[in-house]
This record gives sequence, C-alpha cells and structure tokens, in this order.
Amino acid sequence: MSKEYAGTKIMMLGNAALARGAYEAGVKVSAAYPGTPSTEISENLVKYKDEVYAEWSPNEKVAMEVAIGASISGVRAMASMKHVGVNVASDPLYTISYSGVNGGLVLVAADDPGIYSSQNEQDSRMVARAAMVPVIEPSDSEEARVFIKRAFELSEEYDTPIIVRETTRLAHSQGLVNLEERVCPEDKPYEKNIAKNVMMPANAIKRHLVVEERLNKMALDANTLDLNRAEYRDTKIGVITSGIPYQYVREALPEASVLKLGLVHPLPKKLIQEFASKVDTLYIVEELEPVIEEQVKSWGIQAIGKEIFTVQGEYSANMLRRAILGQEVECDVPAQVPARPPILCPGCPHRSVYSVLKKLKIHAAGDIGCYTLGAVAPLSVVDTTVCMGASISNLHGMEKAKGKDYVKNWVAVIGDSTFLHTGVNSLMNMVYNKATGTVVILDNSTTGMTGHQDHAATGKTLMGDTTYMINLYHLCKAMGIEHVYEVDAFDLEELERLLKQETQREEVSVIITKSQCALLKTFVPKGKCIVDPEKCKKCGMCVASGCPAMHKAKDGTVEIDPVMCNGCGLCMNSCKFGAISLLENK
Amino acid sequence: METKNIMIVGVGGQGTLLASRILGGITRQAGFDVKISEVHGMAQRGGSVVTYVRYGEHVSEPIVEEGCADVLIAFERLEALRYAHFLKKDGVIIVNDQRMDPMPVAVGMAEYPENIIEDLKEKHHVVSVDAKALASQIGNPRVFNTVIIGVAAKRMDFAKEDWIKVIGETVPPKTVEINQRAFEAGYEL
Repeated sequence: MSKEYAGTKIMMLGNAALARGAYEAGVKVSAAYPGTPSTEISENLVKYKDEVYAEWSPNEKVAMEVAIGASISGVRAMASMKHVGVNVASDPLYTISYSGVNGGLVLVAADDPGIYSSQNEQDSRMVARAAMVPVIEPSDSEEARVFIKRAFELSEEYDTPIIVRETTRLAHSQGLVNLEERVCPEDKPYEKNIAKNVMMPANAIKRHLVVEERLNKMALDANTLDLNRAEYRDTKIGVITSGIPYQYVREALPEASVLKLGLVHPLPKKLIQEFASKVDTLYIVEELEPVIEEQVKSWGIQAIGKEIFTVQGEYSANMLRRAILGQEVECDVPAQVPARPPILCPGCPHRSVYSVLKKLKIHAAGDIGCYTLGAVAPLSVVDTTVCMGASISNLHGMEKAKGKDYVKNWVAVIGDSTFLHTGVNSLMNMVYNKATGTVVILDNSTTGMTGHQDHAATGKTLMGDTTYMINLYHLCKAMGIEHVYEVDAFDLEELERLLKQETQREEVSVIITKSQCALLKTFVPKGKCIVDPEKCKKCGMCVASGCPAMHKAKDGTVEIDPVMCNGCGLCMNSCKFGAISLLENK
Repeated sequence: METKNIMIVGVGGQGTLLASRILGGITRQAGFDVKISEVHGMAQRGGSVVTYVRYGEHVSEPIVEEGCADVLIAFERLEALRYAHFLKKDGVIIVNDQRMDPMPVAVGMAEYPENIIEDLKEKHHVVSVDAKALASQIGNPRVFNTVIIGVAAKRMDFAKEDWIKVIGETVPPKTVEINQRAFEAGYEL
C-alpha cells in the first residue's frame, strides 16, 4: 500500500478518496453500516484512527443519528451508507434538515445503478429533494476528495446537512488523487437552542420556512458556485450532466459543450438557462431518474433526455454515441454462454443449513446478505427477499394472514449482522403479538457479503478494539422466548431434528446456527474432501447442494478441486456410498 | 498516445483485483494517467467478474467497452469467451486454460462450451497458459494469477524489472518471493 503523505499523488478508489477528503476536512466522527458500494469509506477512514473516530453502527438510522449528535456537539461528522440504507436513515435525515447543523454534517449516499449488489436501483437524489437536503456529486476519485471537503464547508455555511452522492462506478473505480494536509477547524461551541434543535410542532413549523429560504438562497448562489462549471466548446451540442456520466460524455462527445454540475440539488437555474441559450441542441445525461431533466423542462427549456436514454442501469460512452450520434461501434456479436451467477462459497455454513431446509421442503422468508444466494439453483430454498430485517416480519405477516398451521413449513432466515440491524425489532414484534413461527439466525460471526465487517456480536470494533460481544442467545432469551437453541451449522442431524420439532411448536422459537464464514481470516479448514472414484456411484447427491469446489467429470464421477475445498464435509455427509472422505489437516 | 484498454475477467474469488492493482502500479510508475474500475460485493462470491484498466495521457471513462479492448486477460476459459467481443480487431487474449463450471453447468441446466480456445484462435490472437500447473510447480497453486500477469506482461510495453518491482510493492510481504517467481515463470513462457 502506498504511503499517504500530503503532497503526493496516488491511486485511490472513489471510496478511499471520500475517506481521505473527509479526513482532510477535519472530520472527527464517522458512523456507518456496511453496504455495497459504500463499505470501503469507513474501512479507509480507520487508517486515520488516531485523529478520526469511526464506527460500525448496527444500522443506518443509528449511524445517521450518531453523526447528527456529533454535529450538534460542534464537530464535523459524517455517515455513509448505500442507497437503501438511506431509506433506513431517512427518518432522522428529514428532520435534521429542519434543524440544520452545528459542526458540518455530511451523508454519503452510494447508489447502485445496474444493481451490482442491491435489491433495487433507487435514486438518492429523489430522497434528497424530498428531504430538502442539498446534493453534491463528484465525477472521479480526485473530485470525491475535493467535493466532500467542500460539502463540509457548505454544510456549515448554509446550516444544512449535505448529501454527497456517489454511484458504484465512482465508488469502485481507482484514479489519481492529490493528497493534502488535514485542516481541522476548531470545534464549534455548543449553545443550547431549543427552537432550532427540538423539533416539536411549534418549532418545526418555523424551521420548515427556514429550510425553504435556505434552499432558495443556495439555488441562487449555485449559479456562481465553484462546483458547477460550464465548459464551452462546439455549441452545436450541449450537455448538462454530473457525476460519472460526465466522463462518458467527455469520452463520447469530446467536442461538445458541457455544463458539469457538482451541486445537483438545488439546481442553478440562471446558469442552466444561459447554457441552454448558447447551444443548438441540449441533452441531459443522468443515470437513473430524470431528476435534473424534469426540473429543467419545467422551466420551459427544450432538452432531450429520457426520450432517448434509459432509466435503468449504467450508461457508457458507446451508449451515448449510439443514442446521440447514431454511431454503432464495431464489435463481434457476444457469444452465447452459460451465465455465471454468484453463489455461496465452498465451506459456507449457509449451504449446510439450506441443504436441510431443502430436504425437509421448508419454505424460507429470506433476508439481505450472502444467504440471499440460497434462492439460486440448485438450492432454491429462499422464497422472499425484501429488505434488511424483513424475513422475520414477513413470516409474522404470513401467520397473521393464514394462521398457525400455515407457517409450520416456513422459517425466517436471517444473518447475525442483519438480525442486529433491524431483525431484533421484528422478533420483538413476534413475541409481543403472539406469533408461533420459527426464526433461524445464520450466525457466521461477520457481515459477510460486504467483505467481513465486525458488528455488535463479534467482539471487535471498526477501530480494531476488543469490545463487549452481544450474545444472540441471551438477547433472544431476554425477550421472553423460551425455545432458543444454538447448533453447529454443520450438525445436519441435530439441525433436522430441531427444525422438525420447532416448526411444529406453537410458540416463537429461534434456532441459532453457528459456524464461522469460511472466508474469515481466522477460519481454519478441517482439511480437504477427496473422492474415491472406485466407490462413487455417480448419483449426484453430493453436488445437489451446489458447492462450487465440486463438479461432475465427463464419466459422471465427482471431482473436488483441492484448492477451492474448505473441508466442511457437507458432501461427505450426503454421500450414501462412503465415496468421499476428509483428508484432515495435520 | 491513444488510451490503452485492458480487461481482466474471471470468477469472483480468483484474485483478479490483485492483478488489477499490479497493472495500476506499473502504468502509474510509467507516468500515465490511469483509471481502474472493479467489481466488489455480490459478484465476488463466485460470479463472473470484470476489471477495467485504462491508461494514457488523460483518461475520462473508467470502463472499457465492447470492441475497444487491446488486451483481454482471462482467468478462466468460459470468461474469455464471454468477454471476447470486447476486443479490438487486433487485440490479444491471454487466457488461463482452466475450466470452472458455473452453477447452471454444474447442475446440468447448461453445457460448458467445447473447444473455446480453438474457436477464439480463429478470430483473435490468443495466448493460452495452464497457469495453475505452472504455479503448482513453483510450489503454490494459489499464485496462478501472478503467472498470468507474467504472460500478459511479456506482451505489454513495460520493462520486466519494473513489473517485478511493482509486484514486490503490491503483494503481501510474506508472498513477495513466490509471486515474483510466478511472474518470471509466466514471463519466460
């Protein structure tokens, strides 16, 4: 890893550059919940842990509130999250917009056009407009660093939280970044101000007007703001754009004039009118929703946007060449090849639990995490996935709709991190409202899908300190649930017994299946599984659970890749002919 | 000079990100503007992954598009085929001659195409290598990705010593020696 000294120029992920910019801006408190594509922001901020406090909060609402508290106390603070996390955090966001800030307050919202690792592709700019919060959008790693610094300054100048919006492509692209020194403004004094900081009706109704005025003023100032830039070249084509699409515009239309917006909410009306008047044909290029376009058109300005550009997925230079210039890029026809969807890893404990659910033909209300992949063939166990924590409440709703017997062949499946995120509330609801369903907590001791972040039940903080470890068993017990079990995720017999018993029980029960994620650094494989081709009857039972380390050879016998195998033994236990054995590590 | 476009494709978990960091390092060392675009998150769990590396005097777009790649480095045969249409007419494919069945093939819902490398050779300049076998000979099959980098490096415009230096700076300290040997093995092929 390159040394990060001010004055040097290094390659950085967009997310690392956001962390760097926040550090340089003097941020003192950061809170987040992991979520692709935002996770690396916090992971990079802890590089500066001597000067910045950074934490994983249990969910985005808590993270936002932690950042708000820090801001009220007078320091620069931030929260970062993926787009759907912004939904979770929207409650405090909408109201802190009314109160405004003391220390600069920035929320980084990471959208995922193209849905690389999400459940939808919503546009955070819409949330920002509804919450009346300004939005700043960088176009590359260097701008990420610079713009987030400006975001802290503007937050204090206009007394407002600010959203820095990025997309997956910016978050996960590396580019060159110029490093500068950290300049830490003095902490602002805290002054008690009930009219500003206590949002009850009499105060809030006045603050609403303040927010409107603030946005109007900012919209006026935006016409000359350094974050917005009109680049005049040939004026036959003019493009209004922002963020990553700016790069596609520059690539596809190097001669076109461009109005590059760094502040995408509120919009600089005068600047846009002026730009529009100087170009022959005006295009508006923005991924996802026509947020800029609808406003510009509402001012009576002629422009072309979503008539020719999609609202779905990522854009590209070729796409713009095709849509604007009618140019096709010559290339071969893509080969028709089998898809390669993501799958559970070799040695994943979720596979073991799912193999039992599949055997017992039990439906699963699913949740968000690696274990969502249990919906993929050949397992196809997971029936539903909505959002974080929804598995438990969905199961509860089914029972209330259809009765106790209906959920006797259903369970809710939820990971340890997701359970602590919002599953806890849903479980509380089951207890309170006399549900009888069965909840399976797939405890692999980490937040897996996002790349192994700690959480409140792992005993470690984001800063790397040892801490209290919330015990999931006792947490469930404390809610008054009598039937709580901990079981080894690879103990197939016990799992089967418990699942049969608890799904029939007319009381809430929780089965915590425990086994470390096989990708954790602390994971020690028991050995490697090997096949005796003489004994293999080619029945395919072992490959039915979809382990990627296994495949059927041409003659039908099964082979196991020794590099990929983590020695979990699930295949061995499913073989009725004793053809697979575990070669134990010495 | 015109911007160069390189793609690294493979299966999530194979170590394509390390390869892209090495490429980023070497192009940066030569003084170019560089952009690298990666896939994190869900696809890293065994899905098809692609990394784009673009370098030149000034790089705008961070991705490589269909018909534009100068070099396609594929860690697996099927992935080479999946992305072959990204190549320019005179582009080169470096392919690791390894088969990894995607789940639809493993469960019998699709067939793994036969003769991929032969078919690719009909249209493109293809260099294939059994990187895992070479890496195993060196002593650790896991460094096969560095072997592939070695094969690709031979066909790019940077000095061998510079590659070795960048590898030394990029891989975990304990694995520098074996990675450098893996690189040599690929380079000398």
